[in-house]
Amino acid sequence: MKKLISAPYLVWMAVFVVVPLIMVAYFAFFANGHFTLDYVANVSQYANIFIRSIWLAAIATVICLIISYPVAVILTEADANYQGTLLMIVMLPMWMNFLLRTYAWMTILGNNGILNQLFGLFGLGPFKLLNTRGAVVLGMVYNYLPFMLLPIYNVMAKIDRSVLEAAQDLGCNRGRVIAKVVFPLSLPGVMSGITMVFVPAISTFIISRMLGGGGNLLIGDLIEMQFLGNSYNPNLGAAISLVLMIIVLLIMTLMNQFDADDRPLI
Amino acid sequence: MKKTSVLSKIYLLLVMLFLYVPIFVLIVFSFNTTKSHSHMSGFTFDWYVKLFHNELILSSLLNTIIVAVAASICATILGTAAAVGINSMKKLPKAITLNVNNIPIINPEIVTGVSMMLLFVFFAARMNFEFGFGTLIIAHITFNVPYVILNIMPKFRQMNPNIYEAAQDLGCSPAQAFFKVVLPEIMPGILSGLMMSFTFSLDDFVVSYFTNGSRAQTLPITIYSMTRRKISPEINALSTIIFIIVILVLVTKNIYERKTAVKKGVKL
Repeated sequence: MKKLISAPYLVWMAVFVVVPLIMVAYFAFFANGHFTLDYVANVSQYANIFIRSIWLAAIATVICLIISYPVAVILTEADANYQGTLLMIVMLPMWMNFLLRTYAWMTILGNNGILNQLFGLFGLGPFKLLNTRGAVVLGMVYNYLPFMLLPIYNVMAKIDRSVLEAAQDLGCNRGRVIAKVVFPLSLPGVMSGITMVFVPAISTFIISRMLGGGGNLLIGDLIEMQFLGNSYNPNLGAAISLVLMIIVLLIMTLMNQFDADDRPLI
Repeated sequence: MKKTSVLSKIYLLLVMLFLYVPIFVLIVFSFNTTKSHSHMSGFTFDWYVKLFHNELILSSLLNTIIVAVAASICATILGTAAAVGINSMKKLPKAITLNVNNIPIINPEIVTGVSMMLLFVFFAARMNFEFGFGTLIIAHITFNVPYVILNIMPKFRQMNPNIYEAAQDLGCSPAQAFFKVVLPEIMPGILSGLMMSFTFSLDDFVVSYFTNGSRAQTLPITIYSMTRRKISPEINALSTIIFIIVILVLVTKNIYERKTAVKKGVKL
């Protein structure tokens, strides 16, 4: 009786999650009912776009880690009464629609944008800031920074304070406590932060389109173009999606090596 | 406990600056008299007035709310029933179900969107329906349900399994025992699942982009098409309003949570 109650959900997941994924695989390998490896083989033509996506997403992930780790340390060291408020202030921009946030950077980085006006005051520029790879990485860092900060903070906040005090009693200064005690214990958070930034960053198509101009296509743009863009080709799109899924799965498996079951999902 | 050092404060301030500057830029230029996004020419509320006469923005706002309400409620009902069932499953089916449940969470959004688009295209041709609210709501339910379940499952783990049987020993029917004993226990999980679904739905762009029809444009999709063309400061006005609403909601939530925390503290 009790098991029956989950039946609608099981059917739903089968029809709307599992079947669509099977269809992606089918479209990647079958055209007009015939098995073909053409589309999967064609994906290799876009190797440069794959490499660019992986590279830019990796840079963005590393920058997110470098920026948010100290923030997490500072937040956990802050007065317990203010931690919640501070965290809320850091997370607040996340609640703005991310298209709007990315669009804001368009206006800041433009040739007549605020940043170039600022440079102009010192007689510098104007520099080409928008439609560059740097702008794409900036957009990724800006949009996904909280995805790195939150898991690291969550894990760090749970570290037993007495362990840190013990390390201090045994002669560690603040730097050594962080390096020898806090960092190893926070690794599960770091690992889930890395996946939570890397996966959306590698598959984005908005950020590259808005901040990268036409010249910095990413995997996401490539997929979007096959389904809704000019070069309608669902078979190729499905093949690219399949490769993207495999890359993401590899990254996840790699990151999961470091932590068993205590990683925070959100 | 050490006090936050000056250096940490400066660092935190710089990060905050990075996070907030784009938002302040959006807000400042919503009051600009011209359409420029780089030069302030004067102060005006015109864009706010125009915003409320912009049929496209208003109708997509309505669409967004309809989809978010429908999808989050359906996802919560579906997910709550599922969580009850999953909880009483044996180890292996439970593990398989929870793994399938994780697929939409782990999968890149664009793959979720594209895969559902393929499914809808396939059925639309054969069953004669069009992309629109139906496909959009189905897609939103699909990416929301997993989060509802993830919010509820821990509540089952925290619950004492004996109280359900105790209720039945004391004369409750299984249904009564469920509604009077189990449901209140898992209610916090259900509510946070509902809230999470609602916000995800409101904010979703990628999946909607692939599954909506031209008749069911949501706000993120309208914003996207606006950023592709000439950008109107009406978007800035809209962002400002959204930002203020978000601040109000979060502050209220924070105050409410503090109050309940204090109450609980007093009771203990």
